[in-house]
Amino acid sequence: MANEYALEFDQITKLFGDFKALDKVSLHVLPGSIHAILGENGAGKTTLMNVLFGLYQPDGGRILINGTETVVRSPRQAMGLGMGMIHQHFMLVETLSVIENIVLGLPGQGMRLSLKEHVDRLSVLSDAFGFEIDPYAEIWKLPIGMRQRVEILKVLYRDADIVILDEPTSVLAPNEIANFLDGLKRLRDNGKTVIFITHKLEEVTEVADRITIMQHGTVTAEKAVSETNTREMARLMVGRDMVFEDLKKPKVKPGPVAVSVRDLRAHDDRDIEALKGVSFDLQSGEILGVAGVDGNGQRELAEVLTGLRRPSSGKVSVFGQDVSTLSVYDRRHKTHMSFVPEDRQQTGLVLDLPVVKNAMLRDFRSWPFSKHGILHMQNARDTATDWVKRYDIRLRSVDQHARFLSGGNQQKLIFAREVECAPRILVVMQPCKGLDVGAIDAVQRTILRERSRGTAVLYISTELEHILSVCDRIAVMCSGEITGIISPAEATSERVGALMGGISDADAA
Amino acid sequence: MDFLLDTQALTDFLSTSLRLSIPIIFAAVGGVLAERAGVFNISLEGCILAGAFGAAVGAFLSGTPVGGLFLGIAVAACAGMILAGLAVGLGINQLVAGIAINILMIGMTSYLARLILGADATSTLPGFHPIAIPGLSAIPVLGPVLFKQDFLTYLMYVTVPLAWWLLYKTPWGLNIRAIGDFPVAADSAGISVPGVRVACVMASCMLAGLGGCYLVLSQVFVFTEHMSAGKGFIALAALILGRWNPVGALLACVFFGLTDALQLRLQFNSPEVPYQLFSMVPFVASFLALVLFAGKVRPPSAIGKKYVRGGK
Amino acid sequence: MMLDAIRTLYILRPVWAVLLALFVGAGLIAVAGVNPLDAYQALFTGAFIDYYGLAGTLVKTSPILLAGLAVIIPLRAGLLNIGAEGQIYMGGLFSVLAALLLPAMPGFIHIPLCILAGALGGGLWGLIPGYLKAYRGINEVIITILLNFIAINIVSYVAGGPLMQEGAPYPYSNEIGEHLWLPWIMPGTDAHAGVVFALILAIATYLTFRFTTVGFALDTIGHNPQGARYAGIKVRRTLVITMFAAGAIGGLAGTFEVLGLKYRLYHLFSPGYGFDGIVVAFLALLNPILAPLSAFFLSGLKAGALVMQRAVGLETTVIEAIQGLVIIFVAASLAFTYNRSYWTAFLKRRRMLDDTLDELEANRAGRQP
Repeated sequence: MANEYALEFDQITKLFGDFKALDKVSLHVLPGSIHAILGENGAGKTTLMNVLFGLYQPDGGRILINGTETVVRSPRQAMGLGMGMIHQHFMLVETLSVIENIVLGLPGQGMRLSLKEHVDRLSVLSDAFGFEIDPYAEIWKLPIGMRQRVEILKVLYRDADIVILDEPTSVLAPNEIANFLDGLKRLRDNGKTVIFITHKLEEVTEVADRITIMQHGTVTAEKAVSETNTREMARLMVGRDMVFEDLKKPKVKPGPVAVSVRDLRAHDDRDIEALKGVSFDLQSGEILGVAGVDGNGQRELAEVLTGLRRPSSGKVSVFGQDVSTLSVYDRRHKTHMSFVPEDRQQTGLVLDLPVVKNAMLRDFRSWPFSKHGILHMQNARDTATDWVKRYDIRLRSVDQHARFLSGGNQQKLIFAREVECAPRILVVMQPCKGLDVGAIDAVQRTILRERSRGTAVLYISTELEHILSVCDRIAVMCSGEITGIISPAEATSERVGALMGGISDADAA
Repeated sequence: MDFLLDTQALTDFLSTSLRLSIPIIFAAVGGVLAERAGVFNISLEGCILAGAFGAAVGAFLSGTPVGGLFLGIAVAACAGMILAGLAVGLGINQLVAGIAINILMIGMTSYLARLILGADATSTLPGFHPIAIPGLSAIPVLGPVLFKQDFLTYLMYVTVPLAWWLLYKTPWGLNIRAIGDFPVAADSAGISVPGVRVACVMASCMLAGLGGCYLVLSQVFVFTEHMSAGKGFIALAALILGRWNPVGALLACVFFGLTDALQLRLQFNSPEVPYQLFSMVPFVASFLALVLFAGKVRPPSAIGKKYVRGGK
Repeated sequence: MMLDAIRTLYILRPVWAVLLALFVGAGLIAVAGVNPLDAYQALFTGAFIDYYGLAGTLVKTSPILLAGLAVIIPLRAGLLNIGAEGQIYMGGLFSVLAALLLPAMPGFIHIPLCILAGALGGGLWGLIPGYLKAYRGINEVIITILLNFIAINIVSYVAGGPLMQEGAPYPYSNEIGEHLWLPWIMPGTDAHAGVVFALILAIATYLTFRFTTVGFALDTIGHNPQGARYAGIKVRRTLVITMFAAGAIGGLAGTFEVLGLKYRLYHLFSPGYGFDGIVVAFLALLNPILAPLSAFFLSGLKAGALVMQRAVGLETTVIEAIQGLVIIFVAASLAFTYNRSYWTAFLKRRRMLDDTLDELEANRAGRQP
């Protein structure tokens, strides 16, 4: 009976301290099928896969592979059992070539690194699955879609029968996604079992045979895709019907132009042009959303605006004044610009300093935090305590290190700091990434409150639903250019998808 | 500079250069291995000293250079074990761990050398003697320079290509390079990151120890306190200039050997000038070389970072 | 309460590390056939109890404490300054130049000028690696090490060449004017005011880190340079200034050696005080207010070593070895981080075990009334 499953989880439980990351999770995957695991951020999908790969040991339950109970102690053992994992963050060494990455860690190679023979074997494999690739290209020169292809080939090269993909489409452009989904079908047609972790409903309906839906570490349903619909899946995933939330945006009449960007160009860290002539205006009391697939110049745009990156040409003016020469500090204090960065742990906070010092981070040189270079820690502590109360930041003490706050509370702390100084311009990037529903709500309310106050808000995000529910206008970016600026009412998924894929309105016409 | 025209003087000069560069070459190749695996090895200096100390004690006790060689490598391996334990095992800042080992080695070797060698510290120890390779050593100038050397020099000739082959032509080398650049990927491919790093650190320290053995067993035949005299640090500069490639490091070391030989010659030729003006030349050369060229090279990206599984 | 006790044990971990190092060092001493207790007794009496011994300790505390500060300050901002040794040499050189070459003037003007010159010399020697690190990304550790060798050789050259006293048996310069000598703090000994100055500087450094925006900026850079840049701190410039300041303090160590103790520029005048500074920094857990204590202890080891050698005939190099052990053990102890929730859970389990045992005991007692 059990033998009919390629992989079976039986009541797997995993604890982190008192927190139940997985609570009696059961999962049944049929061989030769595409099985989707659907769930929001933090539902426990990735933890589940880490258990499968031996990175975590479960605190309860059993794993059965082809009907045999198995204890997986290491990723290497998992690979030996015929499982291959493609992580959300690619596990590729960028300075090495495609074939070197594929051969890396391959058992039984002996003393010599015979790349030529491996290249021959790889080309047979890539032909069979229709994944063309230059085996000698170095990874860092390849586009994202190609890198993912390398990851898949790496797994296939190890004769994996079960291929597991963690949020594989989150990094892909819309045109790459279609291609990728075709690839998955080809894998299935060649007899491989595919497990596909995602939170995107359309992809599930398009390729998956069966789904397991998870919510807060438990399984809410497991069924054939043909027996369900997107609406039901959404409800099982978030515990409520997913509709575009009406945040009851108060009417705010946009004021004068706060930020004016003209023909902005900038290079990324690799010295590749990441902004190719971006122009837009942002008015006071307006939220301008910037949508687009990750890595199309959004980060560089935010960094240039806030002074963290130097543009190669073009102009940024704030209330009519050219700010090109202003430092990060001056932009923050003379033009009253605040910035909620994408990476709250590496940029937005200093994790190993206490919360109170993180609260001071933006304005530690001004009153009430300091005067004439002398810190006033009691003021800082009072201010931080006040913020903790008003922004509902859950912590034990403001002297606690920021590292020990949850993601949502870290983000609330950053928002309190960046908003309490009464900015005139607020740049936020990926503000809801990795947050739970409650924290997302708090963040969006804070942003809307700023809008009512007359702040000009630039809202950069890859989460289209959030942008649609919050923003007044939406600029879509693709490979360093703004392909169109539209209103939420015009933003049908086809239109936005086309813009994200680089087909501007002019092209479509 | 007229000595460059005289065959005998030129042979002497090049020969001196080579002899001065050999300890640095061993250390630098060792450094390449460790840094390619993502571990700074600031303790090369201490390992040279450890090797020299072990070589002296071994040769003194056994009466043969081979005994010295084995003990030299063994003592350096002990230093390597400490570094591996601190930097890879406990995850302490690699630079701090390396400096700690350097300080420890200076104290330990001085103290133990006085205890063990005592009054015999200044007497000449048994060492390796030059062996001329028939045929090759008859080539004018280069023959005697390259092929009328002792066992450890020939060992160096083998070590450098071997290290290169290991890094670029074997699966282990691929593992090492991957770990130095992106250990998460190597870990997910089932390679033990701490395992490879420990192995590389050990090999690295033992190679530096060989450099120390060369100092005692092939060059001066006595142990003196702190005889490494900064060679380990020059090796660090050399491996950066050599772009973390054993062959590149070799070339950089030979360059430093040449400058060192040159300054010795200048010291000898101009006794009226205080010798310190010349003895700083290798350090000034390393400094300038780093400042002029180092900005353009990219070290292995994971260097200096401890690897914690699951930490992003 | 148990938690507090564990926390105290944890905070004191450098002390345990030092004790462990002394214990292992006892093994080294025993190898030489000397009773470790006798040796340590001679060492600590000679270092801390005897009047002249204490003075000798304080003489060494001055440069070692200053070198420690020269390591601590940049390390708080994330830079490892191995160059204190070179900065000491350059400080000594510049102050001697100011002492010997400036025209005659009263001491109350000349001494500050010499001190400033020394600070400037060390500061410039710190500025070089600071600039190269901040703007060129060149590893400061290797650069500072190379600069040490260069500085030592420069001083040797100057002391043995241009400034060498005529007919001197080995390289040293003319004596500086007596009006430049620093006052003594313990009559009849060599202990000079340098250590007082160093102590004041340590306290000032502590206050700076604790109470000023400058200290805030440095700590922020040290913990997260990217976050610091985002907060509007000019990271590169701050790093350069920090290295200059650290170098200047290192330079003062050399300056006070010249003005307070040697009164001449000797070649090789610092026996590695700069490297002792690294040990001080880690022993003090990078806290400037603990630096005087750890510098005093370390100086005591060094000063007491000579007494020990005379008393029990043990080589002073054993102290260098023990110093190496100290830094290894302290470094290792730093790896153990205090994890409150871990210990809370541990204590909770312990209590549960005790409760269970009590219950069992009670049951047993109940069954056999």
